[in-house]
Amino acid sequence: MAAEVPSIDALGQFKLHTVLGPIGGSVNFTQSNLMMVVAGGLLLAMLYVGARPRAVVPGRLQALAELSYDFIYGMCAEQIGDAGKKFFPLVFTLFFFILFGNVLGLLPFSFTFTSHIAVTAALAIMVIVLVTVVALAYHGLHFFTYFFPAGAPKLLAPIIVPVEIISYLSRPVSLSIRLFANMVAGHVMLEVFASFMVMMAGALGAIGVIGAVGPLALNVALIGFELLVAFLQAYVFAILTCIYLHDAVHLH
Amino acid sequence: MPQLDFANELTLAQVVWLVLIFLALYLLLSRWALPMVGAVLEHRAATIATDLDAARQSKDAADAAVAELTAATRSAQATATAQIAGAVATAKEAAAAQAGVLNERLDAQIAAAEQRIAAARAAALGALGQVAGDTAEAVVSRLTGNTIDRAIVARAVASAMTARRAA
Repeated sequence: MAAEVPSIDALGQFKLHTVLGPIGGSVNFTQSNLMMVVAGGLLLAMLYVGARPRAVVPGRLQALAELSYDFIYGMCAEQIGDAGKKFFPLVFTLFFFILFGNVLGLLPFSFTFTSHIAVTAALAIMVIVLVTVVALAYHGLHFFTYFFPAGAPKLLAPIIVPVEIISYLSRPVSLSIRLFANMVAGHVMLEVFASFMVMMAGALGAIGVIGAVGPLALNVALIGFELLVAFLQAYVFAILTCIYLHDAVHLH
Repeated sequence: MPQLDFANELTLAQVVWLVLIFLALYLLLSRWALPMVGAVLEHRAATIATDLDAARQSKDAADAAVAELTAATRSAQATATAQIAGAVATAKEAAAAQAGVLNERLDAQIAAAEQRIAAARAAALGALGQVAGDTAEAVVSRLTGNTIDRAIVARAVASAMTARRAA
């Protein structure tokens, strides 16, 4: 063991395994899905416990529930316009599902389901399919003029149309990879510095323990930074969804 | 990278569960939790609106009361002013009447006094001719030793007096 070159397994944390014993195993219920259920449950509990007092002057939890509601409602109304009300529950679900997933993933021994490209891609594809369906429902075939802005010279059509189509199709890609990459990078860095700490303390004895304070301090700072990223990425996902929905409703 | 290990059936199973969980969460949020929070917000907005309405009505009532009070004060003031003016006018009239009576009495007294003065003066003037005649007779008898005819003296006195009065 001591002769072995110590290696850092930064990616092992993302490995999926089933939970809940043989029952979870038989339906392939992974720890990722468990965290989704926890996130959803916490979100529902937050809203239920918050809204239950129905006080005119809200307490802390009620203020939290109301601020969450108002924040996303305002975002939808501001970005999408009058039609935003219809999409409010979806944007709310997206924002808080991702936010709770990101933040819960920062807890020790938990799992970040947003660090899986399959998950973020599924969410992004859902968004883009919805956006396209909404655009077609609102504008019918007129929607395809979206790929050729009015007033542009006809000569440039062979260039503009493919560019617009590629830009449209790259939306789900950028949406999913942005969230996925941010989460993976943060957790890999946390893992790497934590491993440094353990290795230093193990290999260099007392000096190593003192030296391990460095990576520890870095990890403390990183956790704060990751908390910011958790909120930021959830916000980015939600606001981009709103902007895409605005485009779908108003076509430019 | 375990995330890119699509050969692992758990990667896909995770997405299937994601779809189920997300759908359930969406339905629970849109049908139950969000309307609940929305109802709380609406309840607050309604309460505030009702309270504001009540406050506005109270303010209107207060404004009306103030206007009424101002009007009552003004009318009371006007009545008082009119009454004061009437009293002053009556008093002035009474004073003027009293002054008139007084003046008349004083005028009458003055007139009587003047008549008495004029009578006294006439009496004095009538006595003057007699005195002057007596004096002239006495002067003549002393100077000449003769008596003078009473009629001549009287004529001379009368002409002298008329000359004096004309001068």
